[in-house]
Amino acid sequence: MNTSLPKWADILLVPLLSLILAFLVSGLVVLFIGKDPIEAVQVMLSGAFGKFGIGYTLYYTTNFIFTGLAVAVAFHASMFNIGGEGQAGLGGVGVAVVALSLNWPHWTLAILAASLGAMLFGAAWAAIPAYLQAKRGSHIVITTIMFNWIGSALIVYLLVGPMQAPGMVPETPAFPAGASIPTLHDFLAVFGVEFDKHAPANISIFIALLACVLVWILIWKTRIGYEIRAFGHSEKAAVYAGISPLKIIMVSMLISGGLAGLMAVNTVMGEAERLVLDSVQGAGFVGIAVALMGRSHPLGVLLAAFLFGVLYQGGGELSFTMGIPREMIIVIQALVIMFVGSLENMVRIPVERLFLRFSKGAA
Amino acid sequence: MDFNTVLQLLDSSVRLSTPLLLACLAGLYSERAGIFDIGLEGKMLAGAFAAGAFSAYAGMPAIEGGLGMTYGMAWVGVLAAIIVSIILALIHGFASITLRGNQLISGVAINFFAAGSTVLIGQHWFHAGGQTPSLAGAERFLPITLPFADSLKTVPILGPIYQGLISGHNILVYIALASVPLTWWLLFRTRFGLRLRAVGENPGAVDTAGISVVRQRYAAVLIAGLLCGLAGAYLSLGTSAAGFVKDMSAGKGFIALAALIFAKWQPKAALFACLLFGFLEAIGNKYQSIDLGIFVVPVQFMQALPYILTVVILAGFIGKAIPPKAGGEPYVKER
Amino acid sequence: MSSDKTDQGQLETAALVAPAIELIGVSKNFGPVQANKDIDMTVAKGAIHGIVGENGAGKSTLMSILYGFYKADAGEIKINGVKTEITDSHAAIAAGIGMVHQHFMLVEPFTVLENVIMGAEDGPLLRPSLNKARKVLAELAQEYELDVDPDAIVGDLSVGLQQRIEILKALYRQADILILDEPTGVLTPSEADHLFRILENLKAQGKTIVLITHKLREIMAVTDTVSVMRRGKMTATVQTADTSASKLADLMVGRHVLLEVDKAPAQVGETILEVKNLSVTDRQGVQKLKNVSFELKAGEILGVAGVAGNGQSDLLEIISGIAPANSGEVLMRGQSIDLTNKASAAQRRARGIGHVPEDRHRRGLVMPFKTWENAVFGYHNNVEFSGPMGLADQKAMLADTKAKIEKFDIRPTSPYLPASSYSGGNQQKIVIAREIENNPDVLLIGQPTRGVDIGAIEFIHKQIIALRDQGKAILLVSVELDEILALSDRIIVMFDGVIQGERLPADTGEQELGMLMAGMDPEAET
Repeated sequence: MNTSLPKWADILLVPLLSLILAFLVSGLVVLFIGKDPIEAVQVMLSGAFGKFGIGYTLYYTTNFIFTGLAVAVAFHASMFNIGGEGQAGLGGVGVAVVALSLNWPHWTLAILAASLGAMLFGAAWAAIPAYLQAKRGSHIVITTIMFNWIGSALIVYLLVGPMQAPGMVPETPAFPAGASIPTLHDFLAVFGVEFDKHAPANISIFIALLACVLVWILIWKTRIGYEIRAFGHSEKAAVYAGISPLKIIMVSMLISGGLAGLMAVNTVMGEAERLVLDSVQGAGFVGIAVALMGRSHPLGVLLAAFLFGVLYQGGGELSFTMGIPREMIIVIQALVIMFVGSLENMVRIPVERLFLRFSKGAA
Repeated sequence: MDFNTVLQLLDSSVRLSTPLLLACLAGLYSERAGIFDIGLEGKMLAGAFAAGAFSAYAGMPAIEGGLGMTYGMAWVGVLAAIIVSIILALIHGFASITLRGNQLISGVAINFFAAGSTVLIGQHWFHAGGQTPSLAGAERFLPITLPFADSLKTVPILGPIYQGLISGHNILVYIALASVPLTWWLLFRTRFGLRLRAVGENPGAVDTAGISVVRQRYAAVLIAGLLCGLAGAYLSLGTSAAGFVKDMSAGKGFIALAALIFAKWQPKAALFACLLFGFLEAIGNKYQSIDLGIFVVPVQFMQALPYILTVVILAGFIGKAIPPKAGGEPYVKER
Repeated sequence: MSSDKTDQGQLETAALVAPAIELIGVSKNFGPVQANKDIDMTVAKGAIHGIVGENGAGKSTLMSILYGFYKADAGEIKINGVKTEITDSHAAIAAGIGMVHQHFMLVEPFTVLENVIMGAEDGPLLRPSLNKARKVLAELAQEYELDVDPDAIVGDLSVGLQQRIEILKALYRQADILILDEPTGVLTPSEADHLFRILENLKAQGKTIVLITHKLREIMAVTDTVSVMRRGKMTATVQTADTSASKLADLMVGRHVLLEVDKAPAQVGETILEVKNLSVTDRQGVQKLKNVSFELKAGEILGVAGVAGNGQSDLLEIISGIAPANSGEVLMRGQSIDLTNKASAAQRRARGIGHVPEDRHRRGLVMPFKTWENAVFGYHNNVEFSGPMGLADQKAMLADTKAKIEKFDIRPTSPYLPASSYSGGNQQKIVIAREIENNPDVLLIGQPTRGVDIGAIEFIHKQIIALRDQGKAILLVSVELDEILALSDRIIVMFDGVIQGERLPADTGEQELGMLMAGMDPEAET
């Protein structure tokens, strides 16, 4: 990213302006379907930050931190992982397998094991596209999308077949009590803080925050992170330096898939306490927007994930109160990806010109 | 498997491969000109919605607020599909040609935009969970019986092939098939095609020859929009769906991309690649689960089969495909 | 275009006196960089005019403006005495200007004919244009010694032939003014001579030619007049007959330059690197190296001469562990190296083989990386840079980088700048500092001074000699014969993947090496 902009303008101003544009166009879409955008914003904000909303907002945020980090790590290796949806779905299978495998004596053990299971299954689902990209040059964007479809078929098969609970419903049996992890309500109660009892937000959010820190260390402080970034900037240079493309593609995609899979700890273990159909609900795709907005930096991902958490919870409120379908969120997500991602230069170029003129005027 | 079953399978392969073929040719124009197009899927979906919605609108009686047309409504739908798809194509062009943005990201955004907005607007207009009203009669494209199809039916072998396989498709199927030689001719026999191919290989050569790279690439993107619109219109007007259903493109845009790679960016090969994918889907539809004696192949596997085979083909068990050299790279004059 | 011709007919007396090209006060900025400052230049009709200058002096930018590739910020262009707005390449072509770019602007999968007609087609269908071009090409071939098979696929042709197509493209568009940007960089000396004969022919037909080069010898050999550019300015325009190569060199740099390199005789030691029967075939099935064998001894610089693309790059890539070989052996101190794996550059470094790659932008440096990251690139897993648990010891990396910046006089001196913000010379110093300071036994160096200013060239040459004098073995690949002759203790010449001959610099010269580079055997000829 060659730029003549000062750093703060590059990482804050340009994305913010792009984001504002995306929201303005979203407002136009709301107008188009005959609703009042101002009212929609009010409904969303009160829905997302209200007493009963914030617990959901944080729950969604947790999901998006995981999937956003997943996309971000792959981005650093210049891999575009659109397979977060499938990887998170398979992560759910991993969680279910672990949770149902024994009668867990305590949730601490269960969450550790389930996290491992989630990462392992998520990583496994990323492994084949990664290997095919590295060895056969199969376009990872297409293969990861195909793996989303294949994954969803596999999960349907498991939930109506081998893993199905007795009865007709396509879901696994409920997890044993020992695998039930504390909600944010339970956790905060220890410190005497009151929190909505029915909200799905749970202690996985701390795993998500920890993941942010670990990813930051991985990318900027470790040697493998250095190699991932070098490869991401220039494969030819990486090979010159003795960095194996196969290794970097595999490592970055396995980590990426593992992070996406981890999301299932929040949804499958923390909320549903069983594996149900379509447990990911598009969060894998939201990760793309989150990573783009967050500039693939963990701190940026964290902020962007929260923003999308607000949008998702607020968006749910929209369909309740104003009858705007939930798909509105997908439109907003698309516009954010568009304006912050592919149309970024629409904002960047004028801003650069402005800075150039300003600095010339000063000199 | 008897002759009639084979014929039925092939017939349904042709139907299923039609949207793939149109989208695949769309991708071919775009990628030959050096613009990656992951957004085929979204353009197709948006086209399908526009076609379903406007065909229904055209056929709706005037007192209910429609146009009250009695024939040709499907063509109103096609026109709407093309316009909508071209608008999305122009957004992709603006992002990747004018602004030199990331073409993959642009395509992904367009896909999401189509997935979300079709349901949003569909719900607003028709209040049916994002579906458009069910289409009937001239709101759809009906099978065309080619001359003498019925009278030749009795001729052994060739008769049933003519009547059952070649005849009896709707007009969009024939348009898709005709697009193949037309595309070949346009690309390899005309000035337009020469410049289009050149711009995907070495835009610098085109620029220094005094031709606008930008205009050439926009032209390619527009054609891609047109073809995706047709592909979308086929989904809602030319299949048994008879209307738009949420997410009805179901990954076909991506399968078309895989077929394009498989076909090594050649129009004729694209036809066969798409027929192959259509055939696989036809088998998956016909045989919901296969009993192999030792165990039964589950229905979900058959449904996932096209996606699995897409991966298999992309894994390049077909030899290395060399894409247009300047693909995916925005054109920046060298310093 | 035909109307132009009649205009010229009417204004014949005026056209006879008016210069073919006249630039008045042309300026061009790229952001904060001023590439051309207030340039005035006049080229007489029917002359061969040279433009010399160092890398980055602004020669190519100036010609790109003339060809409409860039738009000047200020100034005026007159063609044949008529003020002309050259807004794009289309306008330049219409004004009778043709250009042969340094990097050919050809579409490789197309045939010669298709390349020639592109942009100059006669109608929407190709066939009539192709037929016409076939005829015109045959005529041009006769007239100017420009034979090319019109149906050949351009990507299959040699660079010399590709260059001819570029000239044919310009002539097909009836260019009267032909600009050539560094045309001999990829040619053998005999191909270059052929090119100059073509240029003389064109001149005899009344065409005007502008030749951009950094090779002073060529300027002296073929031009009538010459302009010198330095740091975006035109510093002098002289008659070629009234000047000399060394005078031009001084004008280019702005101070007196030593064109010779000082060095003591080599103290050659034992054999360090042995290459035996090395062969490799690329993905298209072309054999790039054929049974290449040589030895490299401690304390010597072995120069590998050859026109670009004759296997030198493949040789460097195999020895440095970037690419695998099909067959053959490489021995380091008598011990065999595994050549089957690609991406084993790290093992090579561990065994004492350093590598300054030919392409520092794509290989040697990661352009967005900061200097401290680039200065350890490839050595980042060394013990001294490794922290616990896979962490990088960034303090050690920084300290090491600062020492390199100091010792190799890299400017600017901050270790926190991305590689893209350095000049070519300083970028190359970062690469060379990194490889030399890691103390290799064998150093592979490709094109050490490509795109590097003269000051940095002197410095880099001194560093290479100093390394040799420490008893290290150096394999030097360069397409610049001057550089090979100045630095090498022994020279091998490569042609078409084969070692065509071996010479000692004292016993040979450019002419003999040039014949070897063209695949000829000088002894058989005489």
